[in-house]
Amino acid sequence: MKDLLWLIVALPFAGALILTIFGKRSPRLVSAFIGVGSVSLAAIITILLGIGFMSHNPTGIPYHQLLWQWMDVDGLSLNIAFNLDSVSLTFIFVITFVGALIHLYSAQFMWKEEEGFARFFIFMNLFIGFMLILVLADNMLLLYLGWEGVGLCSYLLIGFWYKDPANGYAARKAFIVTRIGDFTMAIGLFILFTTYHTLNIKDILAAAPSTWAVGSGIALTTALLLLGGAIGKSAQLPLQTWLPDAMAGPSPVSALIHSATMVTAGVYLIARMHVLFELAPIAQHIIAIIGAITLLVAGMAALNQYDIKKVLAYSTISQIGYMFVALGVGAWSAAIFHFMIHAFFKSLLFLGAGAVILVMNDEHNMFKMGGLWKKLPVTFWTFLIAASSLTALPLLTAGFYSKDKILWLAYSSDKGSVWLWLAGLAGAFITALYTFRMVFITFFGKAKMEPTSRPGIFITIPLIILSILSFAGGFIELPGDMGHVTLLSDFIQKTMPAVMVQQSGYRIELIFQVIAAIVAIGGVWLAYIFYFNKQFDPAELKQNGLQRFFYKGWDFDLLYDKVFVTPMVFLARINKNDFIDQFYTSLASFTRLLHKGLSATQNGKLRWYATAIAIGAIVILTIIFYL
Amino acid sequence: MTILFYIASFFAIIATIKMIIGTNAIHALLYLITSLLSVSVVFFILGAPFVAALEVIIYAGAIMVLFVFVIMMLNLGKEGVKEEHELFNKKVLIGPSIISLALLFEMIYILMHQSMLPVTFNEIPPDAVGKLLFTKYILVIELAAFLLISGIIGAYHLGEKGKVVHHRFLQKENL
Amino acid sequence: MNIPVNQGILLAAILFCIGLVGLLVRRDIIFMLMSVEVMLNAAGLAFIVAGSAWGQADGQVMFIFILAMAAAEVSVGLALIIQMFMKFKSVDTNMASTMNEQKKISNT
Repeated sequence: MKDLLWLIVALPFAGALILTIFGKRSPRLVSAFIGVGSVSLAAIITILLGIGFMSHNPTGIPYHQLLWQWMDVDGLSLNIAFNLDSVSLTFIFVITFVGALIHLYSAQFMWKEEEGFARFFIFMNLFIGFMLILVLADNMLLLYLGWEGVGLCSYLLIGFWYKDPANGYAARKAFIVTRIGDFTMAIGLFILFTTYHTLNIKDILAAAPSTWAVGSGIALTTALLLLGGAIGKSAQLPLQTWLPDAMAGPSPVSALIHSATMVTAGVYLIARMHVLFELAPIAQHIIAIIGAITLLVAGMAALNQYDIKKVLAYSTISQIGYMFVALGVGAWSAAIFHFMIHAFFKSLLFLGAGAVILVMNDEHNMFKMGGLWKKLPVTFWTFLIAASSLTALPLLTAGFYSKDKILWLAYSSDKGSVWLWLAGLAGAFITALYTFRMVFITFFGKAKMEPTSRPGIFITIPLIILSILSFAGGFIELPGDMGHVTLLSDFIQKTMPAVMVQQSGYRIELIFQVIAAIVAIGGVWLAYIFYFNKQFDPAELKQNGLQRFFYKGWDFDLLYDKVFVTPMVFLARINKNDFIDQFYTSLASFTRLLHKGLSATQNGKLRWYATAIAIGAIVILTIIFYL
Repeated sequence: MTILFYIASFFAIIATIKMIIGTNAIHALLYLITSLLSVSVVFFILGAPFVAALEVIIYAGAIMVLFVFVIMMLNLGKEGVKEEHELFNKKVLIGPSIISLALLFEMIYILMHQSMLPVTFNEIPPDAVGKLLFTKYILVIELAAFLLISGIIGAYHLGEKGKVVHHRFLQKENL
Repeated sequence: MNIPVNQGILLAAILFCIGLVGLLVRRDIIFMLMSVEVMLNAAGLAFIVAGSAWGQADGQVMFIFILAMAAAEVSVGLALIIQMFMKFKSVDTNMASTMNEQKKISNT
């Protein structure tokens, strides 16, 4: 069973290849079947493989499958090889399973597209393939291949409806901003190679503690460079501006890429290279601080959006901020736990929002919707479960367990501090507020627009499955004072080290949980007061200056435009005729000059030609006899 | 004999110079004929009686007569002299003279550095020329015949008073 | 009859150069053709001198061919001159200079 690891990666690529060749000519049903089937088959194999891994491998020894040698150039020897350990198993389970559900959903979601149905599944399958390569890679260059591949597929999918140029701009913005991160990561890879002469992850992690001292400059530099890559991909400050614009793509794309998988690639990278970050404690602190600031910034921005997908986009940025906080305090398994639960409920939220948008005739503005809880019951209840999970309502939702663990460890870990905990708590309040604002405005109140149809069966089945997971997924990891079930953290800790807790004690933990629960419920109640069953006239929706500032995402776009874009454009404009250009134009002018000169010899006069012949004869005689 | 050579060459050079400077076409032609006759004398001195006769008969006798006919046909008489004065002024001589002098000096320099051959010339009778012409150079005779026949045909056609003939495609349109 | 060969060739060279000057200087097409005849004659003279110096008849044979060529050339050339005169009504060669580049280029 373990030998089928390569098949998990190969199946999505095979699906993409078949659809590329045959997609245009085959009927929609066949394309959908191939597109959804490849990923579903990969998911089934993953589950079987996972069961086999967990039962036959109690100590969690990683399984390594070497496919072939990629290159062996001047000391750089790389293989295409996959490394399956508990962390990557968790990730591929989420990727393939949630991916398969999203593929099923998008088969029905994109059914009415005029053209590009097969193209959509090609890109989606490619994305799944590259993401699997990313998490299964055993050397950094293969990881970078997957990294770049998911960036490419993200570009292709955001700009899927390419006929509208705004979508193209959004896709380009996503690609360029993540490129900045990729560039720093590449430099980090160069440093790693020159120091260790190998890019194999296991070798680097084994050799790192003996090569670099804790807190040394080069470890810090490398860690910060890799962190730059993670920030770009995971849309944290300062490279978070691309994610809200990426909502120009179809909703399944947002669900798959921008909530569950690609944006968590940064989390995976940091978790995988945790040894390097432990060698550079300053870098780890920076991760936590970035996470904390991001979750507050994004939360405030989400509170002032009126497009339902933009609320969810900022929410994603905010939740990944939580994961970064967890990584920053060394709580590796907590971060991965929250990643898994977040994948469930955030993709469910996006899929539900997509269903609502689909039946409301492509209307994105929440304030134009209302009263949908009776008309779209399945969508409403699944959406509500997911929203509760996001808010981390106590005891009943998976989100409570995962977010609470992070909040607790942000305080109690030996690298944590009370400020991180307070930031997380404030973020939880804001999360509750904007989440239920969204729920109340969209689903309650007076109906301003009637839905044109009900979502189909293939849309509702994934919603239901994901809602079950959002509810029950948290029960594999219960905190100490509630039964102390540590299934997931035991599993993860076969690969990653456990977090060092400074303070422990069930009583303190209980107090913290109660505080978090009060904060969350308080946020819901406040949202209820302000937004439940209130009349909102979308035409009169005014935002004062501060609200508009938050609406624009704290105006990072304006900042970047002024600081980076405008000087570059100015320099490019004044440098339009630079010396290199003038070198080339001078070549052309020189040729023209020669032409003018030489064409003067063709003046049609007979004596001129005769003179030329005579001079030529003299010259030749001179050359022959005198030189 | 040597004296005769120098006298003949002197006259040849003077006649040629007067030819290129002159304005009247017929006068220039007569100077040219004088030059050709002097060169024929030089041929005689060099022991080539056959080509000397040929020079007079063909060059001075046929080719120059052709020239005379054409000049007379073009009516380049007195009006021609006026036109020549416009077309030719002595100042123009400077540049080409320099070029020719340069060429001449080069050739003199080359000649100075050559080894000298025996200087006695024996007379080469016409039958020696004939023998050579019809054994070794027979193909060149044929080629010369080609040249002459194409010259005849070309001169005939080129001398026609032509009417403008359009290509048959162009004749359909009213041009 | 002993004439230095060099002086014979020298005579031919001088005549050739004079003919060249005539060709370059005159604008009248008839004079140019006559100058060309002078040059051909000078070349023939050089052949004869060389042939007599070696004591062979080859030089004279070459001169005969030069003569044939000059005859053909003159006939065709004079026919062309007649045509040119009929077209341009003048014997100035500068009138026949429409095959130049400068007039055809409008902008560069």
